Amino acid sequence: MPAGQGLTVLVAEDSDVDRMLLARIVKRQGHQVVTAQNGQEAVALFSERRPQLVLLDALMPVMDGFEAARQIKALAGEALVPIIFLTSLNEEQALVRCLEAGGDDFMAKPYSAVILAAKIRAMDRLRRLQDTVLQQRDQIARHHHHLLNEQRVAKAVFDKVAHSGCLGAPNIRSVQSPYALFNGDLMLAAFTPSGDMRVFLGDFTGHGLPAAVGAMPLAEVFYGMTAKGYTMPQVLREMNAKLKRILPVDMFCCALLLNLSQQRAVVEVWNGGMPDGYRLSAEGAVLTPLQSRHLPLGILGPGQFDDAVEVWPLAAGERVLLLSDGVLETADAQERLFGEQRLRSVLAGNREPALLFSELMQALALFGGQPRDDISLCDIRMPGAQEPLPAPVNYPDSGPTSPADWSLGFEVRGQSLRQFNPVPYLVQLLQQVHGLRTRGGNLYSVLSELYSNALEHGVLGLDSQLKRDVQGFADYYQERARRLALLSEGFVRIDLVVEPHAQGGRLKIDVRDSGEGFDVQQVLSRAALQQGLSGRGLELVRRLSSSATWAEGGRCARVEFAW
Amino acid sequence: MAVETDFSQDGKKLTIRIKGRFDFGRHQEFRDAYERQPSRPDAVVVDLQDTTYLDSSALGMLLMLRDYAGGDEADVRVVHASSDVRKILAISNFDKLFDIS
Repeated sequence: MPAGQGLTVLVAEDSDVDRMLLARIVKRQGHQVVTAQNGQEAVALFSERRPQLVLLDALMPVMDGFEAARQIKALAGEALVPIIFLTSLNEEQALVRCLEAGGDDFMAKPYSAVILAAKIRAMDRLRRLQDTVLQQRDQIARHHHHLLNEQRVAKAVFDKVAHSGCLGAPNIRSVQSPYALFNGDLMLAAFTPSGDMRVFLGDFTGHGLPAAVGAMPLAEVFYGMTAKGYTMPQVLREMNAKLKRILPVDMFCCALLLNLSQQRAVVEVWNGGMPDGYRLSAEGAVLTPLQSRHLPLGILGPGQFDDAVEVWPLAAGERVLLLSDGVLETADAQERLFGEQRLRSVLAGNREPALLFSELMQALALFGGQPRDDISLCDIRMPGAQEPLPAPVNYPDSGPTSPADWSLGFEVRGQSLRQFNPVPYLVQLLQQVHGLRTRGGNLYSVLSELYSNALEHGVLGLDSQLKRDVQGFADYYQERARRLALLSEGFVRIDLVVEPHAQGGRLKIDVRDSGEGFDVQQVLSRAALQQGLSGRGLELVRRLSSSATWAEGGRCARVEFAW
Repeated sequence: MAVETDFSQDGKKLTIRIKGRFDFGRHQEFRDAYERQPSRPDAVVVDLQDTTYLDSSALGMLLMLRDYAGGDEADVRVVHASSDVRKILAISNFDKLFDIS
């Protein structure tokens, strides 16, 4: 024992001779000694001086060593204060009593200085070990508390970001376990300028903070680009590229992005690595699983990334159900997984959509007992025509500097038609015009419609008659993707003219394409009759703009907005 | 050892076997399995014969291996995957990155 490192040792012994002898031995070993003549004194001295080690005679007047040991151990609490019993007792029962009363060791009289020194050293080692364990435990508890607090703050900040979207819209029902974010789950929803609803459900690899850090940049891309009307492929590409850039190689984000278009009565889906989502009938029957067709986000470089989106019809009242793997991978005591079949039977048993989530949670609880903290569920219903969704975002006013007399020609040619979509850029530009500012959504819808008509029916020569049923619908989009991939020439040209007119102004839009044109009279009269899966586009354009006509044998659409 | 390695005689092919659960707990062992080799192999085979479960962090580890073995040019094969394990690989479409059999 190095000098100055001595312990304070309490010696309790009723025999004066033994007490002095012990005190001398212990002092010689470099410790400080306090002495007591009976158990009561020993307990009092312990409270007062807090010695680190106690030598206790078993048999003493007033209070014996056994009782004193119990009281001292109680006073010491969690700290280990070793008690070595000093005893001339040698029958087994008595020695057992010493240990049961809280003694850590015993020593028989007469005392050997060498053995006592060794025992004190051994007990000191134990005492230090216990001390270290306690310190580490407290440190872990402090860190844990700190971590929980950080998570709470981070979650509060993140909730503000996440809830800037439209998860609260009347046609969305969603639940997430409280700290799902820290298990990597991310749920976002927002409207495009044309009133389409975009919903994102993602799941980052890993747990804790690393799993949550990617969520911020992803949310930023999602909200920023959705509000500006970028297409799903554009948003997906940006998300993928951003994650690829910032995440380490072994981290990625399984993701499902969908676009719900009330105007076109379709849902577009991109699923990379998430469990199947479900397209459900109004009654909750599974119409189609929405399967994972892609690698998760953040793995492939822009060159290999596949932004192909599946398109399914979705009528008013029909729904889409999304879920995270925490639902399917909830395990029971035998490590069996909840799995898809059990999920399907909950879906089949559901009568009241509003109760689906609680029925599912109940089934999970019955199955596994232990609720997981990475469960995300989202149920999105296609709203009916009489049920307008909240108005899209309005951009801030740029004041009196707004330009009122200008024109612009924009032509997208050849291979650029494959991926580039000029509509968001043009709409942003048009938002600078004072009189158009509140009509961003309409402008976006009309321009998108005209652009995709020019591209699909004009340049690619696709017949919208294909989309007469669900199968044809799928064929149509497959064929679209095929022709687009082969496209090497052709153009879509958009001419914008903004000019003062009467008290206000007007915008003239011409959209021309390199296609064959079409029989305007016939198509327009047919469109008026149709209620099916095609032909909504022209009707929409006519409804939202001030005037709409077709010229040049159907190769030029001419639309005006006046204010 | 839950992760075993085997270098072919000619030193060109490294086989990594994972026993039991392939999850975050195997992270260090799995990395060591290919990083602590005297030479860089031309081809890597990940043998999942005795792998009972695979989670998303295991997918991340496979991506790290692929990156180490040359990224898009890497020759990494995943063999003997059970149907459960295969399903997990399929959901994430990892068959687009790895030769899985």
